[in-house]
Amino acid sequence: MDIGKIDQIIDKHDSEASALIQVLLEIQSENKWLPKEALTRVSEKLAVPMSRIQHITTFYKTFSLTPKGRHEVHVCVGTACHVRGAQNILDTVEEVTGVKPGETDPDLNFSVETVSCLGCCALGPVMVVDGEYHGNVEPAETAKVLKDCACSQEQ
Amino acid sequence: MAKITSPAELEKLREKILSQRDPDKLCITLCSGSACHATGCDPVADALAEEMEKQGVVGKVDFRRTGCHGFCEQGPILVVYPQGICYLKVKAEDVSEIISATVKGGKVIERLLYVDPNTGEKATLEEDIPFYKNQQRLVLGPNRKIDPKSLEDYLAVDGYQALVKTLFELSPEEVVGEVKNAQLRGRGGAGFPSGIKWDFARKAPGEQKYVVVNCDEGDPGAYMDRSVMEGNPFAVLEGLMIGAYAIGANEGYIYVRQEYPLAVANLTIAIEQAEEAGLLGENILGSGFDFTVKVHRGAGAFICGEETSLLNSLEGKAGEPNARPPFPATRGLWGKPTNINNVETWANIPLVINKGADYFTAIGTEGSKGTKIFSLVGKVNNTGLVEVPMGTTLKDIIFKIGGGVPGGKQFKAVQTGGPSGGCLPEDLLDTQVDFDELTRAGAMMG
Repeated sequence: MDIGKIDQIIDKHDSEASALIQVLLEIQSENKWLPKEALTRVSEKLAVPMSRIQHITTFYKTFSLTPKGRHEVHVCVGTACHVRGAQNILDTVEEVTGVKPGETDPDLNFSVETVSCLGCCALGPVMVVDGEYHGNVEPAETAKVLKDCACSQEQ
Repeated sequence: MAKITSPAELEKLREKILSQRDPDKLCITLCSGSACHATGCDPVADALAEEMEKQGVVGKVDFRRTGCHGFCEQGPILVVYPQGICYLKVKAEDVSEIISATVKGGKVIERLLYVDPNTGEKATLEEDIPFYKNQQRLVLGPNRKIDPKSLEDYLAVDGYQALVKTLFELSPEEVVGEVKNAQLRGRGGAGFPSGIKWDFARKAPGEQKYVVVNCDEGDPGAYMDRSVMEGNPFAVLEGLMIGAYAIGANEGYIYVRQEYPLAVANLTIAIEQAEEAGLLGENILGSGFDFTVKVHRGAGAFICGEETSLLNSLEGKAGEPNARPPFPATRGLWGKPTNINNVETWANIPLVINKGADYFTAIGTEGSKGTKIFSLVGKVNNTGLVEVPMGTTLKDIIFKIGGGVPGGKQFKAVQTGGPSGGCLPEDLLDTQVDFDELTRAGAMMG
């Protein structure tokens, strides 16, 4: 990731150590994951030891220290989605992408994560693909959304 | 918007906005909360813009994208005013007919109306739908009237009036007194009296104090705070400013969980607009009161809903809880006295100040006043957000508003209060939603 971009994000937060989480969130939203060079830069600029950055990046579930796929799939497995068939959706996601929750395929096409609640409980099960919400999804629709994703990439 | 420097200027602006609005003018509103995004409100909005142009009604009809209407399973929800004709599960293909038949021809499109799953009866108006008819929407009400990205819309529904009253007519002690008299209890679950909590923070020694909004709504199945924050961030902001004045804080933080991107987006716009209009910053409306607010996004840690964890997270640390006491009211953010309340509690504050403690205490039960928002989800016919007076029975919420269990199946149990709450079986269905009643039944509010 471009160091200049990282510096820009840090400057926006006045290089305040208390903004560590916000800085990391913004770097991740730019880059999809947190490479070591980025963390080293943050550590220098905010004067926060790497041990604390390691603590923060492993404590909060959002942060990823490994590369993420081009398409991010989040399947909600909160109580409301669970009772309405979230497991079937997860199974379908794994079938189509070959990726288990928490993992990314070697070609960096898909990353799959489970989330605990997206607050769209009336529409369970809910899946989010690249930021787009899909409510009341069924396995067939899940497969279609993911296949469309894969196709749009090949073109 | 130009900076507003006095209450008189604010009123003048409000009058101007209202004079430009004709309540009889046709207006289409489209629910655009997270749930309606999941059911496809964006393609409907695009189709509306296109069709309005094509059928030549631009200028004759207003179009407003509002916050969550609450009946999320039936989204996207489109309402045609002034009649209030309510269409559910609207698709882009329906839009052309909505413009030609309803907007231009005044005719109702039967197939888009609500059908009662138990009786088969249709409802034309939003208020005729049993889901809405049995609610009292004091906090959620403005959601369907305003565009959450428009300060003008909020001003048109008396927005920031409570702030003016607070800054110019009430002393900090009187504000705390009003909240105490209203017997408002924290909506986050524990139900601690908010006025007493405010008083602790106000009386705590120290120059620097903070106010914080807890929007780390993590309990699966609950999304009341998300809808308030997405649909009416102004009310939360106004409540927070009133609280800051009352306890003597000039800085506030709003902690929003990372899973709520739309809430962050709408809130950020509301803050920018308030700054531009002089409703945030230095010497607000010429009152001498200064207040700034920052939005802090969570990073996916359920524990941060707990207040001491949340405050640690705000400081840029891991969100691990501290032992209490000391409570945040005496030692909170950066060791300073801090008052932290949840979104729904803050959103109730403008109502308490505008209408007064007597109005507020007239609603609810002996120990729990006002209304409470619930998210009604799971195996129930009408799922969505429900706001009812405290004291409403679970049976009324599930059967009158929720329409009962789908397929005429036997009711088994209802869970209230999320994972920390409890499951209540059929023989406890007459339990009233009230902090103490629910605790007595072994569950909790929230």
